[in-house]
Amino acid sequence: MLELKKLGKKYRTGDRALKEVDLTVPAGQVLALIGPSGAGKSTLIRCINRLVEPTSGDVLLEGESLTHLRSSGLRRVRRKIGMIFQEYALVERLSVMENVLSGRLGYVGFWASYFRRFPQSDIDTAFSLLDRVGLEPMADKRADELSGGQRQRVGIARALIQKPELLLVDEPTASLDPKTSRQIMRLITELCTERKLAAIINIHDVALAQMFAQRIVGLQAGSIVYDGNPEGLTSDVLTQIYGEEDWTAVRKQQSSESERDIGDLEENL
Amino acid sequence: MPVEMNSQEKIWKHRDRKTQLTHWAIWFFGTALFVWCWQLVSEKTEWFFVLDAPTIAADIGSRMVPPRWEYIDKLWVPLWDTLNIATLGTLLALVLAVPVAFLAARNTSPSPTLLRPIALLVIVSSRSINSLIWSLLLVSILGPGVLAGIIAIALRSIGFVAKLLYEAIEEIDENQVEAIKTTGASRSQVIAYGIVPQILPTFVGVSVFRWDINIRESTVLGLVGAGGIGLQLQASLNILAWPQVTLILLMIFLTVLFSEWLSAKARHAII
Amino acid sequence: MNASRTWRPKPFIENPKLRWGITIGVLLYMLLALGSVEVNWMRIYAGLDRGLQFFAAFAQPNFTERWTDISEGLAESLVMTVVSTVIGIIISIPIALGASRNLAPLPIYLFCRAIITLSRTFQEVIIAILFVAIFGFGPFAGVLTISFATIGFLAKLLAEAIENIDPGQGEAVRSTGARWWQWLNYGIQPQVMPRLIGLSLYRLDINFRESAVVGLVGAGGIGATLNTAFDRYEFDTAAAILILIIGIVMFAEYSSSAIRKRVQ
Repeated sequence: MLELKKLGKKYRTGDRALKEVDLTVPAGQVLALIGPSGAGKSTLIRCINRLVEPTSGDVLLEGESLTHLRSSGLRRVRRKIGMIFQEYALVERLSVMENVLSGRLGYVGFWASYFRRFPQSDIDTAFSLLDRVGLEPMADKRADELSGGQRQRVGIARALIQKPELLLVDEPTASLDPKTSRQIMRLITELCTERKLAAIINIHDVALAQMFAQRIVGLQAGSIVYDGNPEGLTSDVLTQIYGEEDWTAVRKQQSSESERDIGDLEENL
Repeated sequence: MPVEMNSQEKIWKHRDRKTQLTHWAIWFFGTALFVWCWQLVSEKTEWFFVLDAPTIAADIGSRMVPPRWEYIDKLWVPLWDTLNIATLGTLLALVLAVPVAFLAARNTSPSPTLLRPIALLVIVSSRSINSLIWSLLLVSILGPGVLAGIIAIALRSIGFVAKLLYEAIEEIDENQVEAIKTTGASRSQVIAYGIVPQILPTFVGVSVFRWDINIRESTVLGLVGAGGIGLQLQASLNILAWPQVTLILLMIFLTVLFSEWLSAKARHAII
Repeated sequence: MNASRTWRPKPFIENPKLRWGITIGVLLYMLLALGSVEVNWMRIYAGLDRGLQFFAAFAQPNFTERWTDISEGLAESLVMTVVSTVIGIIISIPIALGASRNLAPLPIYLFCRAIITLSRTFQEVIIAILFVAIFGFGPFAGVLTISFATIGFLAKLLAEAIENIDPGQGEAVRSTGARWWQWLNYGIQPQVMPRLIGLSLYRLDINFRESAVVGLVGAGGIGATLNTAFDRYEFDTAAAILILIIGIVMFAEYSSSAIRKRVQ
């Protein structure tokens, strides 16, 4: 469904953040993109919806090339791609409901959105999504009154109300504590399965990536160095991605955490 | 290091030689400049009058009390005009300043090479020229009256509001803007949802602040014919009616205190 | 959950009576205010021509015809700016110390705050009129006016800076047994010095703009020349003066921000 062809990005400073990346993501697949900071993970997903302009190569969404779209075409395509951000990126002075509804901006006219006149169907969807992420009673709270985990749930609802086909997720847990992190990751992956959404999740936490993703792609210095299933991430592979380190500790911690994990499943649903 | 060796002992000094010299140079030239300027002012001053000033001040002071309270009947309309000049002038300035600010901010300007310098020039011109000078110009174009005052206040305030606003726009959190962009929102929607909520507190604060300043400014515009209580002040000064001047000054003082109180209250309520 | 729930954004003022009261009040005020503005369209139509002349004059400013008046006026404005800023700063510092609640006893505090309020309430031109009446025409009255205005601005903001200092640093100096002056010099001054320099430079810039205005009431500076130019409808000369003022203000802003960056 999503296809990257020799995608490259060279910043004006001369940094080559991406070097000819080829990647195909089928519909409904949850893919985790791992790699050290500065490997180009963030650039890669921002090149897909062109928050960052790629300098070479092509991005195809359902066969349509995105790199040469003019502004109106780009807006049309962006509606199909939801995005979830590291620092939540909620508009802090708007209410939770307004933030969720802002996901529909691509479908309503300027004046309707200005006077907050969204179609009833959008409002119904917004309420059911808020209900789904457990924030329905907070609808009229201002976004800056929420905790980190709650804000990220609003961010998820905002991305999903777009009814996207692809979800781009940029370090969703980097600003959250470990427990909230896995709750958020679980919520994202569950929602993807429910809606048969494809997702690319940037994440630096290898354990979380292995636990929740169906496929792992390792990025190092702008090139893909690993592409396979979570079980294939051996110490050698991790060393290749991140450099020399004792990886047994990471995996041990991961297995003990998965046991604890089953306990707090219910409280989130 | 400001430590020097003198034969065997280490001597600590507050500053090393070079900084010390620059400090002395700055002080020397600063003082020389001041003394020179003072002499120029002094040459143009009739010191005889200045030495006589205490007597004159006492004389004027004695004429100023008691205020002529009956005169207040003639001040209500001018005060109302003053309030209107400040309020309508501020509103007009806000309407005009918003687009200027968006053109001037580096991250929202549609053309950084052409429109941005123009917007910045508008801002600096508006800020450089006092509202009284704008009034002078407008009275000679539009004729005397409240309208000239309103436009003068607006022209002076555009630069002030637009400058503070564009600085606020340049400091917004780009993440929130990106998030709105990714929903497929149009350019105007990105501004309405991503930028406006972030700069709204600054906008309101600056508007109220400027209104408060404008009340003060509009009290004097009448001196050059642009309406408001300044007209009465000018008229009273012309006939040396000091008891009326006292009353006018008192009313201005109260008006300004009232506007300060009101704007402090508004700021608290909104932010 | 309800299948179809309406949603409206929460209104800014929740009490509907208050909300409508304020809305209607504002509308009523706007109607009355706009209604009381008398617009003489004939006069404006006649004036349009002059307005166009003025804009045309900006394209062709006339610096030469009254150059002696312009240069003398500008020089006087600059001289007044320097003198009044220096005097203003020198007087502001003790008043700022007195207006800081963490330094001064209550009676001194109230006295200094009263001076600040008085200076901030009246527009410079009103003060200038009084000073011209007392001290006679000329730049001396202007210098006094602008110095007085400087006190209100500088003393207030400096007092705020002093009230916001870190008291720990002052206590540390005091605990060494320092005298009051030493405490001021070592505990307070270093903390507020950058602010004082920044504000003074900013005020220098404002004072230049003010010095262009006090001339309108006879207190010296370029204002008198400007007034004459407008009275005679010599828009090309007026435009030349305004361009010079804008240029000097731009230069002052640019250099003062450069200096502030070096100091801080």
